[in-house]
Amino acid sequence: MAAEREPPPLGDGKPTDFEDLEDGEDLFTSTVSTLESSPSSPEPASLPAEDISANSNGPKPAEVVLDDDREDLFAEATEEVSLDSPEREPILSSEPSPAVTPVTPTTLIAPRIESKSMSAPVIFDRSREEIEEAANGDIFDIEIGVSDPEKVGDGMNAYMAYRVTTKTSLSMFSKSEFSVKRRFSDFLGLHSKLASKYLHVGYIVPPAPEKSIVGMTKVKVGKEDSSSTEFVEKRRAALERYLQRTVKHPTLLQDPDLRQFLESSELPRAVNTQALSGAGILRMVNKAADAVNKMTIKMNESDAWFEEKQQQFENLDQQLRKLHVSVEALVCHRKELSANTAAFAKSAAMLELLSDYIRLIAAVKGVFDHRMKCWQKWEDAQITLLKKREAEAKMMVANKPDKIQQAKNEIREEIEEWEAKVQQGERDFEQISKTIRKEVGRFEKERVKDFKTVIIKYLESLVQTQQQLIKYWEAFLPEAKAIA
Amino acid sequence: EEIHMPETSPPPQPSCASVDLQGDSSLQVEISDAVSERDKVKFTVQTKSCLPHFAQTEFSVVRQHEEFIWLHDAYVENEEYAGLIIPPAPPRPDFEASREKLQKLGEGDSSVTREEFAKMKQELEAEYLAIFKKTVAMHEVFLQRLAAHPTLRRDHNFFVFLEYGQDLSVRGKNRKELLGGFLRNIVKSADEALITGMSGLKEVDDFFEHERTFLLEYHTRIRDACLRADRVMRAHKCLADDYIPISAALSSLGTQEVNQLRTSFLKLAELFERLRKLEGRVASDEDLKLSDMLRYYMRDSQAAKDLLYRRLRALADYENANKALDKARTRNREVRPAESHQQLCCQRFERLSDSAKQELMDFKSRRVSSFRKNLIELAELELKHAKASTLILRNTLVALKGEP
Repeated sequence: MAAEREPPPLGDGKPTDFEDLEDGEDLFTSTVSTLESSPSSPEPASLPAEDISANSNGPKPAEVVLDDDREDLFAEATEEVSLDSPEREPILSSEPSPAVTPVTPTTLIAPRIESKSMSAPVIFDRSREEIEEAANGDIFDIEIGVSDPEKVGDGMNAYMAYRVTTKTSLSMFSKSEFSVKRRFSDFLGLHSKLASKYLHVGYIVPPAPEKSIVGMTKVKVGKEDSSSTEFVEKRRAALERYLQRTVKHPTLLQDPDLRQFLESSELPRAVNTQALSGAGILRMVNKAADAVNKMTIKMNESDAWFEEKQQQFENLDQQLRKLHVSVEALVCHRKELSANTAAFAKSAAMLELLSDYIRLIAAVKGVFDHRMKCWQKWEDAQITLLKKREAEAKMMVANKPDKIQQAKNEIREEIEEWEAKVQQGERDFEQISKTIRKEVGRFEKERVKDFKTVIIKYLESLVQTQQQLIKYWEAFLPEAKAIA
Repeated sequence: EEIHMPETSPPPQPSCASVDLQGDSSLQVEISDAVSERDKVKFTVQTKSCLPHFAQTEFSVVRQHEEFIWLHDAYVENEEYAGLIIPPAPPRPDFEASREKLQKLGEGDSSVTREEFAKMKQELEAEYLAIFKKTVAMHEVFLQRLAAHPTLRRDHNFFVFLEYGQDLSVRGKNRKELLGGFLRNIVKSADEALITGMSGLKEVDDFFEHERTFLLEYHTRIRDACLRADRVMRAHKCLADDYIPISAALSSLGTQEVNQLRTSFLKLAELFERLRKLEGRVASDEDLKLSDMLRYYMRDSQAAKDLLYRRLRALADYENANKALDKARTRNREVRPAESHQQLCCQRFERLSDSAKQELMDFKSRRVSSFRKNLIELAELELKHAKASTLILRNTLVALKGEP
């Protein structure tokens, strides 16, 4: 086990490139170590930490990591599950569920595997500096557009393909302007990958637009009416906003999956985003278990900031939902009015913003939850350590000459192991707390900007409408006067 | 609940001042007060007149809706007025919808804040009051038109209506009478269809031919327009009501925020509150100037159509009388009665035609001037509101943009 503690070398005394990127590096170590610390891992493969050099920026290191640690990951996944809640295990084991016939267990592991390529974000490139700088200076030199929805195929297998265009001067991209064709499930796949990598360490990952079976079916069936074009347009706009938000995040922007999504012409089909996939069910169960956990975790919140922020977000969530409902009514009535007077309904944009934020806040809450879970792990580790120590002490006292030496050694080992876990747990917890603070700060800034922009746009459109009204009535007045 | 019209304030202008009344002051009628009790409305009808017929120069009585209907029917059934457009009867006061809404509000919705509730209640009460004022105005206009018409104002029933202190004991129509009325309408339309199809019935007068075509078309169109205007007006009203929860939500968002969004949200909340009032005013203006006017003329044009029908009926009768006379002459039997009958029909027809012509021309000028006035006023009000909206929107924008 001691061998696995290799990765820490990454931490101290590293070439200067790493200096600014403490966070990323820590992130890497923490994930890696978490994986290692699973006692049941059959073949603790030594992490090819050395491969991760400062200058490689391709997926190569990630690939290497992939093969070696596949079992590890899967084992780790199972292990983690059982640690947290026994209910989850049965689901995971019966994984290849009927709903997703072509999906093999390996594909299911895919998200976790990719999390291994966490090594990749820690690509201590100059490009990262560039991005951090840009983020601080508020000049984000990357623009994303989603356009040209195109129906591909026929009948129930048909889907809409969207053109994703990127314009950027960041050096981490090979070109300054490029575009690819993506379908909706690709976006969902991207989100799922990002979420599995970053959510549990405290990053607020923007949520993807929601699936709509009804909406899509209409489009597939080929109804060319206004409601299906409206649906497609809404979706296109939602996808664009989603990408723009994701790209604005300095850490996510560096993610190789995101870059692959934006750049590569061919993308492996994301299969576990099907509406009723096994992974989907697993997610649902996880969510339920989370809810139960949340109720039972009694966290000793020593940090007032977190408590305050959580309360704040809870309130904000409620308020936004209420506002959302009211604005929905407004949109509905404006539509009615416009149907009756052939004018234009603009409050829909507000609605979009509000629903986006309601979901973003759910992501924020998720992040806070992860922190709690992290804390819990740490607590559990501490408790276990305590028990082990007690056991050791008892053994010391008891007088069993035969097995005593071996037992003592075993227990010694276990204690060491748990000590390490406790330390790790503490580090993890601090890390996630730090990350969340930063994230929330960034989130708030973004939120203020976002809201303001949309509000101003909305008001300006209202002004325009009123001016049009004025124009028309002014034209009408002389006509009315001329009635005879 | 009782709602009284404030006695001290000036009598309300007929909300559909769509009726151009001659400035004849020898008989002035107005509804000086009205009380809403349970499901009845009691109108106080005040008359000022120097006509010798009346015992006093100023007097008032209390009347209910049914009595207005009785008066209207009396006019319609009177042969003497067959050649006139009888002013349409005022619609029944209907507070059902409003009352239901108030009740639902009262039942409570826990997610609504106290302020929101207060505002919604205020809105509903205002709505209730508006409906009340409208019904008073409709009843008043009906009487005022009668009072202004040189022939109709001299009707005996009208005097009784205005002066008789006691209850007219006019009960609401019972089911049989309602049914009878309904059937009569059907018979009338069938008859009309028959007459027009009658062979040999020629419209001798171009004027009437033209009027008929026009009125038929007009009536349909105006009914359509009325429905649409109602819908637009209702949509505006809903919009205004929508702003209430939005403003409240923004307000609470604002009080909660700790960053720059705070002032933004609060300003927005204020903005929506103002917009709401404006939107509400737009709705009520549209209601008064447009919907009500359209509705009134829809009814009035129906009355005009009725007049045309009566004239046509008279013409048909005249034609029939002619035929009967011819037959009598050929058979040389009962020529005399046939002759006098034919005379009568002829006279009636001519009388009707003459007065109808006058009436229809009056109708047209009345209509035109009323549309003109209302549409001008509507346009001016819409402009005023649009400009006010623009102003407050612009101010809010400046304030929002000005902040860091």
